Amino acid sequence: MSEQHITLPEGSIERVTQTLNLGPTHPATHGVFQNILEIDGERVVSSESTVGYIHRAFEKIAERRPYYQITPLTDRLNYCSSPINNMGWHITVEKLLGIQTPKRVDYLRVIIMELARICDHLICNGVVGVDTGAFTGFLYLMRWRELAYEIYEEICGSRLTTNIGRVGGFERNFTPAAFEKIEKFLVEFPKALKEFETLMNRNRIFMERTQGVGPISAERAMNYGFTGPNLRAAGVDYDLRVAHPYSSYEDFEFSIPVGTTGDCYDRFLVRNGEMWESLSIIRQAMDKVKALPADVYHADVPAYYLPEKSDVYTKMEALIYHFKIIMGESDILPGELYNAVEGANGELGFYLISDGGRSPYRLHFRRPCFIYYQAYGELIKGAMLSDALICMSSLNLIAGELDA
Amino acid sequence: MSLTNDNIKQRLTDKFGEAVSQVEETFGMLNFTVPKDLNLKVMQFLYDDEELQFRFLTDLTAVHYPDRKGEELAVVYHLYNFAQRVRLRMKVYTSVEDPRVFTATRLFEAANWMERETYDFFGVNFVGHPNLKRILNVDEMDYFPMRKEFPLEDQTRIDKDDEMFGRGGHIGI
Amino acid sequence: MARPVQYNTKVKTVEIPEGYSGEGFFATSFDKAIGLARKNSIWPLPFATSCCGIEFMATMASTYDLARFGAERMAFTPRQCDLLMVMGTISKKMGPVLRQVYLQMAEPRWVMAVGACASSGGVFDTYSVLQGIDQVIPVDVYVPGCPPRPEAIIDGFMRIQDLIGQESLRRRHSDKYKELLNSYGIQ
Ligand code: SF4
Repeated sequence: MSEQHITLPEGSIERVTQTLNLGPTHPATHGVFQNILEIDGERVVSSESTVGYIHRAFEKIAERRPYYQITPLTDRLNYCSSPINNMGWHITVEKLLGIQTPKRVDYLRVIIMELARICDHLICNGVVGVDTGAFTGFLYLMRWRELAYEIYEEICGSRLTTNIGRVGGFERNFTPAAFEKIEKFLVEFPKALKEFETLMNRNRIFMERTQGVGPISAERAMNYGFTGPNLRAAGVDYDLRVAHPYSSYEDFEFSIPVGTTGDCYDRFLVRNGEMWESLSIIRQAMDKVKALPADVYHADVPAYYLPEKSDVYTKMEALIYHFKIIMGESDILPGELYNAVEGANGELGFYLISDGGRSPYRLHFRRPCFIYYQAYGELIKGAMLSDALICMSSLNLIAGELDA
Repeated sequence: MSLTNDNIKQRLTDKFGEAVSQVEETFGMLNFTVPKDLNLKVMQFLYDDEELQFRFLTDLTAVHYPDRKGEELAVVYHLYNFAQRVRLRMKVYTSVEDPRVFTATRLFEAANWMERETYDFFGVNFVGHPNLKRILNVDEMDYFPMRKEFPLEDQTRIDKDDEMFGRGGHIGI
Repeated sequence: MARPVQYNTKVKTVEIPEGYSGEGFFATSFDKAIGLARKNSIWPLPFATSCCGIEFMATMASTYDLARFGAERMAFTPRQCDLLMVMGTISKKMGPVLRQVYLQMAEPRWVMAVGACASSGGVFDTYSVLQGIDQVIPVDVYVPGCPPRPEAIIDGFMRIQDLIGQESLRRRHSDKYKELLNSYGIQ
């Protein structure tokens, strides 16, 4: 506080803090979060967050659904990168059932997951741009997100809530058109990303707005349960793809971008860096896929993987399996496991307890957003109101994931 | 030196003896149960010990087993060691009538909302929690929806009212 | 080098409504003229809560561009908007907020429920989700899909335009309309 030049009368508004209600439908909060801020002029003194505005009871629904019907639920967790959630769930179930997927399936999965990561980071960084006053980047990048959505569409038929893949592999093989589109993406997107970086990274205004905003030390971040890009921005190189590789991530060469201060600018740079890494991973995966026989797209587990429709009509065995899977009668082993994948904004964990029944006994999603959003109050303490909003968008909070 | 599940097991039994029970390994992760009044002590030990260093709370949730008399609710902690990349799972059982468990918020800030969520879903009462109230559901809710006895569906809806929709087929017209 | 400037030569004008025209004058009813003006400059208020909101982002952005339909200006204040676009799951906790937003809008106002969740609760037949926003506010157009494709959202938007274009100026004062609002407890 600077020294006072005028003497304020008792009870005047400058001498008291005010309460400001931000949300749940405030236009500047992307998603439905409510924050009640205590502000002193423009500075945030303290804040209290309320969440749960789109609580949809995923965990309860999951206790009533057979395993394959849970995939569409996972779509709706982090809907900016639903393929990662889908695959995470499939990998969890495969681990429970002891299914070994062929290498080609793993690589195809990697391609899709990295594409999803790019889409997610694209939105997050675009939105940070919007909040600092640069709408251009967002509008420009949206075009390439559409391209990625076209790739999803080519593979599974839908754009956003993909429901991509099945337990054991993919529902159908990638078409040549899908590969073409991925190639196209790999050629065109780097140019756009480069341009975006030129626009933002060394932009004076952008740097002023984001540097030193919402910083967090590595130690605090870990205590708060940060994972993913937000933790890496604080300088911890924790990435599940390296720490506990799944889906053959150990076959790929990539580095983990880390920041130092954990502020909005670092988070932005880490996300940008990750997009480049993802591109390189996709590139490598494409090369690897080419070297493998082109007709493998699922594991050979007839008891869990839906048979071809034409076989169902002609072969008795296929019909039985089809019936068993659809009616939820396939044998699921009892067991208890925790499996996590590196979601677009952190460690997305599935804690699954199966009692051998048709649906899980208990399924808990470890949603990274939910856990790190607690730190928001601490991050914005003492910051300006407008910085608090940038801080919120740079954390990449996805309401669907947060509220489950 | 790398930390193996056997090491952890050894350290725990050395320190707590019989209190650490049901030690098993599932899918490569160590799994054990401790009495509910020891949960903080064990976590503190895991946190402080130079060798173990479980300093990251990955996940905290609960499970409801209505058939186990006296220990219906299990609170499950997933802890993580960053240096050695090791996970472990710790469980604490409590009865539904007296669902009181010590809070882990002093140790991990992350536990704050996870415990609130667990309270919201299962009604586990975390003793010492700074702000234990509902987080996801509306404050007026008077039951704990994730307990097994409560239905998934909202019972007041009248247009989907047959067995398939979980409303018994007798409500409505 | 030619500069990459293009002049839009494909200007589309709206159809002239029915009316009498003679030398130097054109007469039509207020309904039609005002309807025409209203329907081509709708100010939407996006009330995006979850997944469908992301599809709406795509609808707004460069590829699909909702602005072509006269909805250039997204306004985020309910006071100045004509069209409430509800996209995404509305939980019971959110219900009162939604209603509040609706009440703040000035007449005439329209509501569009985008996606299965907003229309009927969708896949979430659960204790925490409102089973369709028509339980708390009246809805004009429902767009099915989970999420609806941007084309579908645009189609829903055009249905709204049709409704607006044809609406009689008296509708908002009619007893029937008052009854409708009363059934939602809105005076
Ligand atoms: S309709 Fe589907 S996509 Fe839209 S909000 Fe609901 S679950 Fe999400």
